Amino acid sequence: MGKEFILSLMVIIPLGTAFVISLFGKYLRNFCDKAIMVSSFLLLALSLYCRFLLTNTAGTLVYKVGGWNPPFGICMVLDGLSCFMLVTVNIVAFLIALYSLKYMEQYTDKPKFFTLFSLMVCGMNGVILTGDIFNLFVFVEIASIASYALVAFGTEAEELEASFKYAIMGSIASIFIFIGIALLYGFTSTLNMADMAKILTVKDSFRLVPFVAVLFLMGFGIKAALVPFHAWLADAHPSAPASISAMLSGLLIKTLGVYSLVRIFFNVFNAGQVHTVYLKVFMFLGALSIIVGVILAISQWDLKRLLAYHSVSQVGYIILGIGLGTPLGILGGLYHLFNHSIFKSLLFLNSGAVDYSAGTRDLKETGGLAKVMPVTYGTSLFASMSIAGVPPFNGFFSKFLIILACAQAGHIGYGICAVIGSILTLSSFMKVQKFVFLGELKEKFKKVKEVPFSMQISMIILAVVCLLGGLMFVSPLKFFLQDAVNVVTGGMSYSNAVLGGGK
Amino acid sequence: MSLYLLCFLLFCIGLYGVLRKRNIVKIIVGLGIMEYAMNLFFVLLGYRTHGRSPIEASNQQILNMVDPVPQALVLTSIVIGLAVTALFISIAIRIYEKYGTFDITKIKKLKG
Repeated sequence: MGKEFILSLMVIIPLGTAFVISLFGKYLRNFCDKAIMVSSFLLLALSLYCRFLLTNTAGTLVYKVGGWNPPFGICMVLDGLSCFMLVTVNIVAFLIALYSLKYMEQYTDKPKFFTLFSLMVCGMNGVILTGDIFNLFVFVEIASIASYALVAFGTEAEELEASFKYAIMGSIASIFIFIGIALLYGFTSTLNMADMAKILTVKDSFRLVPFVAVLFLMGFGIKAALVPFHAWLADAHPSAPASISAMLSGLLIKTLGVYSLVRIFFNVFNAGQVHTVYLKVFMFLGALSIIVGVILAISQWDLKRLLAYHSVSQVGYIILGIGLGTPLGILGGLYHLFNHSIFKSLLFLNSGAVDYSAGTRDLKETGGLAKVMPVTYGTSLFASMSIAGVPPFNGFFSKFLIILACAQAGHIGYGICAVIGSILTLSSFMKVQKFVFLGELKEKFKKVKEVPFSMQISMIILAVVCLLGGLMFVSPLKFFLQDAVNVVTGGMSYSNAVLGGGK
Repeated sequence: MSLYLLCFLLFCIGLYGVLRKRNIVKIIVGLGIMEYAMNLFFVLLGYRTHGRSPIEASNQQILNMVDPVPQALVLTSIVIGLAVTALFISIAIRIYEKYGTFDITKIKKLKG
């Protein structure tokens, strides 16, 4: 049992927690709170330790499940990109779990909530770590099914409707992904992604790969809510409990959608000559998402619905940056992925806090809450400035990098789209600040209290990360991003590293 | 080849059900048909003409066997399909309790 065993723990711990909570959560008081805090803290610590391990081994860690060697058995792979995603997911998941302890007390049946929450974390960690394409599908399904159930958690009429819509779209996406995997397996006779990449370079695949690419683009595009496929997101994300909205917008669409797209298109399909066509499609969909998402967002009066449309727009930035295909563009895209998961989950937690204390999230009803909820106001100011790209905060640096990379690669038009999107984002968040926190405090909100301490602390930590995120780009911390970029630009080096035993 | 075409036809029937039907239960059935079509497709990919099951036995030489991997994967996929269908049906029951109808044109509280 080597140190690679940690990789399997990243899946075992949340799966075990879900099992234990669903068994004992009902009978033992406060058991589920303790279990979820211990497990999510362990996951955070282990993911940071994974980062440390990766620096020491200088390369790729491969865990062979059951001791079978890669092309035949299932393997789990930890490289720069998966480590980057792993740390992002587990930081945010830990803070959201901390927030949910008090927030979920307004709902009944907290144990069931934490069971589904753990399953979702398990699915996401699995998607990130697995090196086997069918395993990727299974983990995508685990995370998706948990999220369908969580969207309907309140069992009100709107929530059920949103959940049904989301589940139909998600299932169709899964079917497309499955057919793509079936075709790829029929062609290459392997399920290991590294082996598949190798065979695709050798075999003449110019007819099959574009077709499979379209299937994957549809499937993972629905999961990532890129623009032609975004219809479900604006219903599903606002209907869930606030902590789950934060989870869905902050992590799920990126892990299931963006990460899988990047891994498959850059590390598996990198062999063919049609590569630039995919990049053009990525860039176009990204720019379209930026503009359409932000225009839809600006006219919303429901706080969470507004934030959900901004998720569409911000995922557009990530895809635009990655689709540029230059190292700078990919750096900007991945950096924006990290930043967006921090500030968007913070904004959703803020909206949850407003809902928790004031009992409404309609922008026409709220107002002047800054006086009674100073912590929520302060943290949401941080997050709003981050998402709008105001200089000292992290959002500025990543958006700036993406725009710079657009200009450098000669795509001025896409750069202008990104700038316009950023300006409109700023204006819509000025609207949020004005209608929720500033202005006259209404009579019925005079008695509103600030949210409980554990909710405050997780919002404050996220706000601090928003501010410090800008430092990720300077040299002592840059390796964290740079390793991920190297994996994406490396293409076939992924395959060689995994099949070469990963030492 | 005709087998693949029939499989594709099955898929299209399912897709038609999901896209065109108004009743929630019929949409769920359509989705189920789509899932069956994709499972069938994957099993067909692993089939070899006149192939036998890949079980090794003494004093027997296996010349032509079907690929066992798709069968194992399809089993997993069927189980996932079961979970999804169960979830769908439970959501449909709750929707019926709240709205009193299965007609999706009447279930539209969400706008924007």
